[in-house]
Amino acid sequence: MQATSLITAGSTVHGTKALEEADRLMTVCNSCRYCEGLCAVFPAMEMRRAFPDGDLNYIANLCHGCGACYYGCQFSPPHEFDVNVPKILAIVRNDSYRSFAWPQSFAPLFDRNGLAISLITALSVAAFIAGFVHMHDPNVLFGTHRGPGAFYKLMPHNAMALLFGIAFLYSLVAIGMGLRLFWRGIAEPVQSQAGALWDAGKDTATLRYLDGGKNGCFKDDERPTDRRRIYHHLAFYGFLLCFASTTVATGYHYMLGLQAPYPWWDLPVLLGTVGGIGLLIGPAGLLIDKKQRDPDMLDAPRLGMETAFTVMLFLTSLTGLALLFLRETGAMGLLLALHLGVVFALFVTLPYSKFVHGIYRGAALLRYARERRQASSGHAT
Amino acid sequence: MVDLTRKRDVLIIGGGNAALCAAIAARRKGASVLVLEAAPKFYRGGNTRHTRNMRCAHDAATDTLSGPYPEEEFWDDLLRVTEGHTDEALARFMIAESKDVLAWMPTQGVRFQPSLGGTLSLGRTNSFFLGGGRTMLNSLYNTAEALGVDVAYEAEVVGLQIDNGTFRAATVKQENDRIDVQAATLVAAAGGFEANIDWLKQYWGPPAENFLIRGTPYNRGTVLKMLIEAGVEQIGDPTQCHAVAIDARAPKFDGGIITRLDCVVFGIVVNKNAQRFYDEGEDLWPKRYAIWGRLVAAQPDQIAYIIFDDASLKLFMPSLFPPLQAGSIRELAGKLSLDPDALEATVNGFNAAVRPGKFDDTILDDCHTEGLSPPKSHWARRIERAPFYAYPVRPGITFTYLGTKVDKNARMLMKDGRGAANMFAAGEIMAGNVLGRGYAAGIGMTIGSVFGRIAGREAASHASH
Repeated sequence: MQATSLITAGSTVHGTKALEEADRLMTVCNSCRYCEGLCAVFPAMEMRRAFPDGDLNYIANLCHGCGACYYGCQFSPPHEFDVNVPKILAIVRNDSYRSFAWPQSFAPLFDRNGLAISLITALSVAAFIAGFVHMHDPNVLFGTHRGPGAFYKLMPHNAMALLFGIAFLYSLVAIGMGLRLFWRGIAEPVQSQAGALWDAGKDTATLRYLDGGKNGCFKDDERPTDRRRIYHHLAFYGFLLCFASTTVATGYHYMLGLQAPYPWWDLPVLLGTVGGIGLLIGPAGLLIDKKQRDPDMLDAPRLGMETAFTVMLFLTSLTGLALLFLRETGAMGLLLALHLGVVFALFVTLPYSKFVHGIYRGAALLRYARERRQASSGHAT
Repeated sequence: MVDLTRKRDVLIIGGGNAALCAAIAARRKGASVLVLEAAPKFYRGGNTRHTRNMRCAHDAATDTLSGPYPEEEFWDDLLRVTEGHTDEALARFMIAESKDVLAWMPTQGVRFQPSLGGTLSLGRTNSFFLGGGRTMLNSLYNTAEALGVDVAYEAEVVGLQIDNGTFRAATVKQENDRIDVQAATLVAAAGGFEANIDWLKQYWGPPAENFLIRGTPYNRGTVLKMLIEAGVEQIGDPTQCHAVAIDARAPKFDGGIITRLDCVVFGIVVNKNAQRFYDEGEDLWPKRYAIWGRLVAAQPDQIAYIIFDDASLKLFMPSLFPPLQAGSIRELAGKLSLDPDALEATVNGFNAAVRPGKFDDTILDDCHTEGLSPPKSHWARRIERAPFYAYPVRPGITFTYLGTKVDKNARMLMKDGRGAANMFAAGEIMAGNVLGRGYAAGIGMTIGSVFGRIAGREAASHASH
């Protein structure tokens, strides 16, 4: 590291050591630029000659951690220049989740995140089970319930809708406020550009930058053996399908007067099953992959946060599918409590978990799309 | 662990671009191949790790090249930069071969991208490696290993058993052991001797102590020396090399390309006596950068200083280290340990000689000096707007040109004029056949790939008979 530490002497003041190091790296990389074609990080870097904190938070959130610039860099450790872009940007990125969390009084949830998520989930599940036990005789709790409205014998629909509606709404507001803080905090505003939203949308939906510029993603050596992109697609689209399933079910309930549970061949069940399978394989793959990754590229202390969210997704799907397959047995009552407990915890911790990576990265990609379009239309930056 | 005791068809000494192209070509012809890389795995590949592009002839634009680069134009460029010091037949042959190599590289896993930001002048002629040289090298290694090429790291060759132009075995040092590795043929692709300061001093004298070595510390020229001692004909002037002026604060070895500075044309360059010594605006920078290494090497203590002012600060690629900065020329002189009176006189003298003109750094503009020796022919502007900046520079050696003589089959030629029975060479170790002096961006990799592929093919062919 010290071989190039002349650079930061007195130029920009940074809030953390990680930001100082990120500034040093961007300065080294800006004099090299070989990695320009690998992803969005380096072209964004090339549009600048100085790297204040906001710009570094922006650039760090553009990074998808694919590793191509680590195994492709002639100056990565053990070279004396010690250029480790994936790790340093991961640290800055993870720090940014905490900095932009809303309200800030909940930001400490990011500090021992794995522990926090586990505790909240455990409490949530316990509360639902305790509630069900308290409200119902054992013959109801452990009885079989069939036909429309079966679930609502355990918990009235309106109560369920209200509770989860509030939780979800809170989540949306908190994430929205965080996004606003991030958007303003990352850099001077850049003009809106026609087509930028479409570019960013495509880059997000296809995970374009989880690809090392078509060289592939790197796990633990110079061979592109990482399959994170496909696992992430399974998880992400699986999640969306599950969300679609709930939305369709809500429509059936309020607009068609049809109550859950629905037949296996009906839309909500089909969407939820396919989605649920994706949301099992995807997170499982991501967890295994993470375990195999070169630890030098990772922000090791934050692995709890990374793991917790992925495990929550897996559990949401696992409990949901278990509920589906056993919904006509006496296990339904407890499985419902379990599933609702997990989902509730997922909702309320969403703004304080790894989930926000998608929001901030999407926003960074939108900014990047604007910068690119602005640069190519000839405006000076 | 790689088995070094088994006799191979083709033994390749070196693990960079030339070596891997040879390895892949030989393996594809069915030969058994062993690559001996002296460095540990991270530093494998010598200077290839630091490269960024290659220069190949092509008849039409491609998805990464903005237009054609005919063979004739390539030959003209080479003739000009070498000032005629090249083997015309071999060079023209290499240029013709480079067309095919351009198409061959992607089939071996190498990916190209459009020219890097800031290198517009090379967008038509040069193919840039996506992710740079180390990524390109990794792709070649992945391909080679998938094909069944054996690679040994930290396997330094300390002896060669050659009798009368026939290679028998190489002695490899591994930790405290020495093992004799036998093979039917040898491809030497072990680099030049640029990292061997003692050898450089034999030709340059004490100034060589002040050279900085831009690339790998592993290219000490051991194999080259052994080949010459075994009767292989050498070619090239031992003081010739690719050298540029780089930031004097760069590490002694392996700082790579990023310590180069592109601001000579925007200011003036003075030596330690605060005197200018060459026309900073003689020609467009991409055509001149390669002479400045030798220019600085000829200056007292091999040190020089690029001086410019605020008007030029943002006109060139960002530098690795920040420039030294001062509010006045005298203050700047103090920071550079130059005589303030002398520097002030030089800058004032320069400013007085500047004639008004229309500044344009993309063309040979009309901003020049009059009555100044040496002149500044283009881009001359008064240095008068604070802050004032300076970069200290030293000669940075990329690679040396003294090498082994080869024919079109990459076969080494012996001192008596015969071709070696079973020995071939590729890359820096024979670049001097094509590069008598001077340099054109990207040509080093072309030499390596073209002659590497040929060497591998020929060696495999010989081994199968």
